[in-house]
Amino acid sequence: MRAVLFSLAGCLSWLSCSSGTSTPTLLNVSFDPTRELYDDVNAAFSQKWQREHGSAVTLRQSHGGSGKQARAVLDGLEADVVTLALSLDIDVLATQAQLLPVDWQGRLPDHSAPFSSTIVFLVRAGNPKAIHDWGDLSRAGIAVIAPNPKTSGGARLVTLAAWDHARRSGPAVDDAERDARAAAFLTRLYRNVPVLDTGARAAATTFAERGIGDVLVSWESDARLLLARPDIGKDLELVMPSSSIRADLPVAVIDKNVDLHGTRAIAEAYVAFLYSPEAQAIAARHHYRPTNPEILAGSVFPDVAQRSVDEIAGSWREAQQRFFDDGGVFDQIFLDVARASR
Amino acid sequence: MLIGIALAFLGIFLLVPLGAVFVFAFRAGVGAWFAALLQPDTVHAIQLTLFVAVVVIPVNVVFGVAAAWLLARFSFPGKGLLLSVVDLPFSVSPIVAGLLFVLLFGRGGVFGALLEAHGLRLIYAVPGIVLTTWFVTLPFVARELLPVLQAQGCAEEEAAYTLGAGAWRTFFVVTLPKVRWALCYGVVLSNARALGEFGAVSVVSGHIRGVTSTMPLQAEILYNQYDFVGCWSVASALTLFALITLVIKKVAEHHCERPRLRRSERQHP
Amino acid sequence: MASRRAPGFALSLGITLAVTGAMIVVPLLALIRSASAISFDDFINLTMSPRALASYRLSFGAAAVAAVVNALFGLVTAWVLVRYRFPGRALVDALVDLPFALPTAVAGLALCALYAKTGPLGAPLARAGLDVAFTPIGVVVALTFIGLPFVVRTLQPVLEQLDVGVEEAAALLGASRRQIFARVVLPALLPAWLTGFTLALARGIGEYGSVVFIAGNMPLSTEVTPLLIVTRLEQYDVAGATALALVMLAASFALLLAGNLLQRWGARRLGIA
Repeated sequence: MRAVLFSLAGCLSWLSCSSGTSTPTLLNVSFDPTRELYDDVNAAFSQKWQREHGSAVTLRQSHGGSGKQARAVLDGLEADVVTLALSLDIDVLATQAQLLPVDWQGRLPDHSAPFSSTIVFLVRAGNPKAIHDWGDLSRAGIAVIAPNPKTSGGARLVTLAAWDHARRSGPAVDDAERDARAAAFLTRLYRNVPVLDTGARAAATTFAERGIGDVLVSWESDARLLLARPDIGKDLELVMPSSSIRADLPVAVIDKNVDLHGTRAIAEAYVAFLYSPEAQAIAARHHYRPTNPEILAGSVFPDVAQRSVDEIAGSWREAQQRFFDDGGVFDQIFLDVARASR
Repeated sequence: MLIGIALAFLGIFLLVPLGAVFVFAFRAGVGAWFAALLQPDTVHAIQLTLFVAVVVIPVNVVFGVAAAWLLARFSFPGKGLLLSVVDLPFSVSPIVAGLLFVLLFGRGGVFGALLEAHGLRLIYAVPGIVLTTWFVTLPFVARELLPVLQAQGCAEEEAAYTLGAGAWRTFFVVTLPKVRWALCYGVVLSNARALGEFGAVSVVSGHIRGVTSTMPLQAEILYNQYDFVGCWSVASALTLFALITLVIKKVAEHHCERPRLRRSERQHP
Repeated sequence: MASRRAPGFALSLGITLAVTGAMIVVPLLALIRSASAISFDDFINLTMSPRALASYRLSFGAAAVAAVVNALFGLVTAWVLVRYRFPGRALVDALVDLPFALPTAVAGLALCALYAKTGPLGAPLARAGLDVAFTPIGVVVALTFIGLPFVVRTLQPVLEQLDVGVEEAAALLGASRRQIFARVVLPALLPAWLTGFTLALARGIGEYGSVVFIAGNMPLSTEVTPLLIVTRLEQYDVAGATALALVMLAASFALLLAGNLLQRWGARRLGIA
């Protein structure tokens, strides 16, 4: 009986607090590793909004794998703003549900990507397995932790970066031979992967908390966040490969939803704020590479040759079709991996 | 010997995980445990979870009683099929359950356009979570009541009708007191499932922190934020609910068994 | 037992049909409608792809192994709980229901933390050369946990009803303990035993929450079917998700029907006996 009363009281208080929100609310649907970044960005933005407009704004966050989040928005999750890992995931919102115009990338500077990131390695302290570059990941006896490219945007970047590296290293031969070499390399690499987690964060936990694997291949921001952790950071070490991928992290206002909610002004101010020196500095602090050249110059990011997705595969759309759609390169690689392990 | 095997099996598969949850949760101390549970998003997740349970349970009771009454007291064509359909949510994969509601109420779903035209939002909002939880907990009350109602027979009810009692009066005075502990057991089971459902709710939730995140989802969110103290605190709170459930269930069972014993005593004087 | 004279037929039929219709049948129709948009060839390709087949193998295989483990140990547990009196029996009896009550995600997190190579159980097992977490064995462990109550709870009432006198009579007639078990006890238990097995199997096949944390989620080796459905959905492949969901739904419905038939068979057997 007391449990019933308690839960009734809980439900009443819940109802009252949800009906009491007359302040405008903005929902930012984002991908997995940006949780800490947007906690800080949102705090800064709501202060700024309060200062300039004298009224409060409530910022809500939802995080998950980039594809999963886009899928949710597509099915009706009413995001005002999306901040995802791949432009492809925002393209889908434009093409499949007309939630925003297809030329959304032209609406904001730098193709609507206020920050970028890259893919790096995290190894055990002292680098006991001497892992220095992509080639080392395919050595026998190395356990590699990387998330599943089918469910994680970051993991797709891992696959593309590894592919690109293998394709361009070694003797110059014709394209078909390069592709074959890269596919063989990826097969050897994924044979070394014992756990294919669904997201970047799950993979990081597997590596850092569960102590599985010799190397974690993941977002630079996430790797450096783990390094900065007082409890486990000292057991880890960052390794920059000789080349990696440039991951532009796109943002967009979802026109259909902001018009429905009447939040267009706030949403547009929010995405514009992401380009401001204040937000760019926050991003740098969370190890996302800012586009603002001064703030980039003022923060420490290890040097790495970054190639864009367009350089590697033409475009995200082509990369998705060729590598990650059903029957694509990635499926083929996993058939080979399964055959080899049998 | 057999006792040893049974206890070892249960120990490894039940007690160790149960103990682990509390060990992990209290590793940082009781203060940290409370602090983690009092974070605003976590408090909201607890409220939302209880709210969902409070909405779903009365509905399940009404449906469970009606369905059990129908299946126990009447025979009609298609009864076997109906029984299987009522049971279905029990064995459907939670992921499929979630997908069903996305296909129904999602933007591209059967009722998607209709809902959108009226500005209604079910999926990725609290109503979607309630509906999905309702789906996965639907059979529990009916399942528990059905065998008891069948075993009881309707002689006493018929006696009551003969004596001039109305149908409702008979139901509340004669039938309900006899099945109330089975009813309680069904409520407890569906409550447990409602509090803890993860897979199905995860598909329809949208994971908006502080809005559509239930306790199991909040545990996952905290896990992915490397906030293991928070995660295990939520997990242990859910486990506490589960243990309370078991205690209530045990009490219900205890009350269930006694009338059964008395009846058997009567049969063998 | 059913009587035409009982009142409330229309009301209970109305409520039952309205709720099962709205909550179960309509969603299922939505699934079927969505699946009917897929051509037959595509449906075969989607549900018979190597990845899908490998995931069925894992989901059904691990669920079957877990159900067998549960059938064996569940029988022992039920036997012990019904036939013996020992201190803490009530506690053990209550604990059997823990997997029903414990949220699956919590179970998954706890099992994963325990059985990972750094975990308190995983470390000694790893030294012994056995990896549990992130392998099919981990999936079996999770599904064993999830399915544990089913066999115990379906066997318990039947065991309670079983007349000890029959066993004693058999013993007096010179039957060995093994003979008594095989000839007297087991036949009586068989229907309930199979029902419990079926329920544990059905639950295991569809399980998601506890499995994703402990499975390695590798395509073609440690990826369960529900995860593959989620993956398809996240790749905007609704058709693929729907097709797999339909396969799983058919499987669970078939198991359910089998379970109900077994129960009816059991009731008839007991009735004759």
